[in-house]
Amino acid sequence: MEKGKGIMGSGRRWAVDFSDNSTAPSSRDIPDPPGFTRASVDQDDSTVSRQKKDAESNWKAQKAWEVAQAPFKNLLMMGFMMWMAGNTVHLFSIGITFSALWQPISALQGVGKVFEPYKDNKVDLLGPKLLFIALNLGGLALGVWKLNTLGLLPTHASDWVSSLPPAQEVEYSGGGIPL
Amino acid sequence: MAIMSFIFAFFFFSSLQPILSLYEDQVGLMDWHQQYIGKVKQAVFHTHKTGRKRVVASTEQNIIATLDLRSGEIFWRHVLGPNDVVDGIDIALGKYVITLSSGGSILRAWNLPDGQMVWESSLHGPKHSKSLLLTTNLIIEKDNSLIVFSNGRLNAVSCIDGEVLWKKDFEEESLEVQQVIQPPGSDFIYVVGFAASSQFETYKINAKNGELLKHESTAFSGRFSGEVSLVSSETVAALDSTGSILLTISFHNGKISSQQTPVSNLLEDSPGLAVIIHSSVTGIFAIKTDAATIFIRVIGEGKLEVVEKTNHETVVSDALSISEGQQAFALVQHAGSNIHLTVKPAHDWDSNLLKESIKMDQQRGFVHKVFINNYIRTDRSHGFRALIVMEDHSLLLLQQGAIVWSREDGLASIIDVTTSELPVEKAGVSVAKVELNLFEWLKGHVLKLKGTLMLATPEDIAAIQYMRLKSSEKSKMTRDHNGFRKLLIALTRAGKLFALHTGDGRIVWSHLLQSLHKSESCRQPIGLNLHQWQVPHHHALDENPSVLVVGRCGPSSDALGVLSLVDSYTGKEFSSLRLVHSVAQVIPLPYTDSTEQRLHLLIDADKHAHLYPKTPEAIDIFQSEFSNVYWYSVDDDNGIIKGYALKTKCSGNVADEFCFDSRELWSIVLPSESEKIITTATRKLNEAVHTQAKLIADQDVMYKYISSNLLFVATVAPKASGEIGSVTPEESWLVVYLIDTVTGRVLHRMTHHGSQGPVQAVLSENWVVYHYFNLRAHRYEMSVIEIYDQSRADNKDVWKLVVGNHNLTSPVSSYSRAEVITKSQSYFFTHSLKAIAVTLTVKGITSKQLLIGTIGDQVLALDKRFLDPRRSVNPTQAEREEGIIPLTDSLPIIPQSYITHSLRVEGLQSIITVAAKLESTTLVFAHGLDLFFTHYAPSRTYDSLTEDFSYALLLITIVALVAAIFVTWILSQRKELQDRWR
Repeated sequence: MEKGKGIMGSGRRWAVDFSDNSTAPSSRDIPDPPGFTRASVDQDDSTVSRQKKDAESNWKAQKAWEVAQAPFKNLLMMGFMMWMAGNTVHLFSIGITFSALWQPISALQGVGKVFEPYKDNKVDLLGPKLLFIALNLGGLALGVWKLNTLGLLPTHASDWVSSLPPAQEVEYSGGGIPL
Repeated sequence: MAIMSFIFAFFFFSSLQPILSLYEDQVGLMDWHQQYIGKVKQAVFHTHKTGRKRVVASTEQNIIATLDLRSGEIFWRHVLGPNDVVDGIDIALGKYVITLSSGGSILRAWNLPDGQMVWESSLHGPKHSKSLLLTTNLIIEKDNSLIVFSNGRLNAVSCIDGEVLWKKDFEEESLEVQQVIQPPGSDFIYVVGFAASSQFETYKINAKNGELLKHESTAFSGRFSGEVSLVSSETVAALDSTGSILLTISFHNGKISSQQTPVSNLLEDSPGLAVIIHSSVTGIFAIKTDAATIFIRVIGEGKLEVVEKTNHETVVSDALSISEGQQAFALVQHAGSNIHLTVKPAHDWDSNLLKESIKMDQQRGFVHKVFINNYIRTDRSHGFRALIVMEDHSLLLLQQGAIVWSREDGLASIIDVTTSELPVEKAGVSVAKVELNLFEWLKGHVLKLKGTLMLATPEDIAAIQYMRLKSSEKSKMTRDHNGFRKLLIALTRAGKLFALHTGDGRIVWSHLLQSLHKSESCRQPIGLNLHQWQVPHHHALDENPSVLVVGRCGPSSDALGVLSLVDSYTGKEFSSLRLVHSVAQVIPLPYTDSTEQRLHLLIDADKHAHLYPKTPEAIDIFQSEFSNVYWYSVDDDNGIIKGYALKTKCSGNVADEFCFDSRELWSIVLPSESEKIITTATRKLNEAVHTQAKLIADQDVMYKYISSNLLFVATVAPKASGEIGSVTPEESWLVVYLIDTVTGRVLHRMTHHGSQGPVQAVLSENWVVYHYFNLRAHRYEMSVIEIYDQSRADNKDVWKLVVGNHNLTSPVSSYSRAEVITKSQSYFFTHSLKAIAVTLTVKGITSKQLLIGTIGDQVLALDKRFLDPRRSVNPTQAEREEGIIPLTDSLPIIPQSYITHSLRVEGLQSIITVAAKLESTTLVFAHGLDLFFTHYAPSRTYDSLTEDFSYALLLITIVALVAAIFVTWILSQRKELQDRWR
């Protein structure tokens, strides 16, 4: 998640605007890269703007897919960490498990936000979103599975009977060695 | 982050190993210890020398003790074994305490100032006889000597090293030696006795070498009864066996002359059977009849004269020589709530050296014994002090008409203990005298804070310690939230009931029970046990709780019973009943009536059950549960265990609707040639069990077989019921049974070959732990049996459990024949045991520990986890996580887990555990000759802050934090303002 934000969120550090079609290189501080000629872009305005929009939506769609796939790496990472943590309940394994649970949940809460920058009429965000949600759910499942292997889920009979009071007895008997 | 830190904290605390010991400065905060000596049998004063004045006493509990005469505190004390009965004590050479014990076969000398043993010599003789100890000023071979008659042999023993200087046997079969007399200033000894109950015999013996100088005997037409009283050094008084003829026998110079006087000649009215009272006053002896004590003076040659006839309970002391040739003795008489102490010179009955009247607490009963001692007043006259032993076994010192000190030595022989709650704190109940004001409270906390911050001076530390020990909080007379403050109600052998406050061990009230008082209809009353009769909590809070004292008139099992009900707040005996039936068993039933009185079933010797209280309401409640009440009896002499159900109303001639006949349901007859019952154990009636399931490794579950009708019985081979080592391992075995007492079903039977008693056992929840001796390994062993209900084991479907579709909590009947499995394991244990108990908490959640009363009279806590039959040499990872300790062949004894720390509970008899309201804590009371009480938390006090928690530090920290927040807030405001202006 952090990564996705780093690339596409508001705090991006640099960007090349490919739709920039101004012909005067002096308008920018940075000189054009070698081999790039602005003169070649000499189509008429409408084509230019349409192409520009197409490119943008393509790019957005591509990025959206990328973002959607990002949790997969996380998942692998998490799996590795969990394997490292082992199956006994201690500080490390508990920490790992809780973060494995917490990350997908917070990611799922922020699904809309994550895909906000790629919102476009032409871009179909449903696919990436579903993938994103599925991967995060996968992460969540992994966390729950880990929780279970740690024995913290009430999935055994023992978890339900541990506080059952003893059954009442019908008969009562007393006595002993005569005084 | 918060979660992480919480988790971190959780694991940090849970990984701490429980520390069960306490710090040096915590001694006495929760615990108290009281030392007693028991009922004094004989007392000798030691007041001649300068230095601490003291009194040496021997007691019926076989204790030798020296007490400070000023305060009654114990200087030193030695507890001789239960078979080492003290026959006589004396002080020799002014520095040795001489004791003759074990039927006259052991003579010991103890150093008077510090109680160290100086020498011991064993005296044996040809036959069993009376034991007499006589200290003399005789010097034989430069040694001061003692004359001891025991086991049919007269010994002269050196005071210095205990060496026997000479001995003389009296082997004549029928000779019963009554007195050994040394006339003052002479060097011969008279040995006086009866032969064949009708011959009077005197032996004159040279005290220097034991040579027989003269032997005389004379026949008497009748028979002598036991005692003789020494009238002078050459005259004795005796009674014949009919108790109607008095004999005065003088044996001056070996010539025996006797005078017979019928008792009826001396007294106008026929006195009935008389008994002679043992005393040593010259010229006077006393006889006691049913109605009176008669003092008789011997004038001249066997002429008798009655000097006084007292109708009250009168006690006379031994003679005390106060100056050359002058003797004095003390008389104690009762008059209403006062006692009269009179000291008279022996030669003149009518004059008094001292006459005092002292107000005496009625609850102490009659005076049983008196010992006197004199001192010289500043005006050179004689002053007297008297040590008196009362009916309740208490010991008091009287001097100058006042009680100087008193000791409640009845508490050395507690029969039974129960507890009672204290009154609820109400607006009307004044507890003001123990409340602290705010200033003192604050001062205390500031001191504590100084201690925490290591700023306290030594005086401050002492003040803190004093404050902690004398905390008014713990000795208040009201109930507390944690349930630490309670009353311990103890019934003593003297028939007195004591209420002790658990906070500081003080006696809140004591009451000599009228029902256990000797009377015409009840000659030998004995207290049997105590039960909680009424424990009001919900409906009847305005009623006081009360206890039921069950007693019986006489030692036999068919003696009539007595009941009394005592208010536990005030100690008033509000009801006392003489029963028309005997009491063989008392069964508290698990039912209470609307005033929270518990129903009790008393079983008599004829196996009739009597219901108490005798109210219509009780019978209604009982009728509704009638068919579910059973009882059983264990006949340990014949090896039969029988179970009974209640039938109909008693078939006797009187219509008693509270009496029921019993019907025998089952019996278990153990073969008498191979098994003898030595121990039984049952679960405590008030034990709470939190859960029926035991979780084991891998999330599995086992269902405990929890039944209050479980009986543990241990039997041994009849040959092996004696002492350890009296049989070979081949002919010795120990068999243990677990029996359901409703159906008589034997749930488990196990044989330990080559093992032997004594067995100490404790049964709790679904397990029993017992201790015995393994003859093959020559070591003590402890075994555990856990019993599980296999028929519940298939309740493993999670979904059924989630929706509650199971029958695990529905009532069960013993007749449903649950399929049980048992697991057991044995371990070696170093100590032999005197008592064993288990911690008891209010909800039964806290893990259990065994409390073991060791042979050294200490109480050792042992975690139940060490006695877990699932222990194995190499537990799996999952089992380790569960807390299973790797198996070792012996149980560890951790020195820090002695809950009596450095103290000893001499003569430890039993350990009683009571649940506090705080789940983590058990109140432990151990009693024997001494009393010890403490709080014990088997898993540490996880549910409360420790006593040394500094509230002041917490308060200061909070204040500092709030201040810091405030300051930083202001600072940040200012900075922000400046930033904006920039």
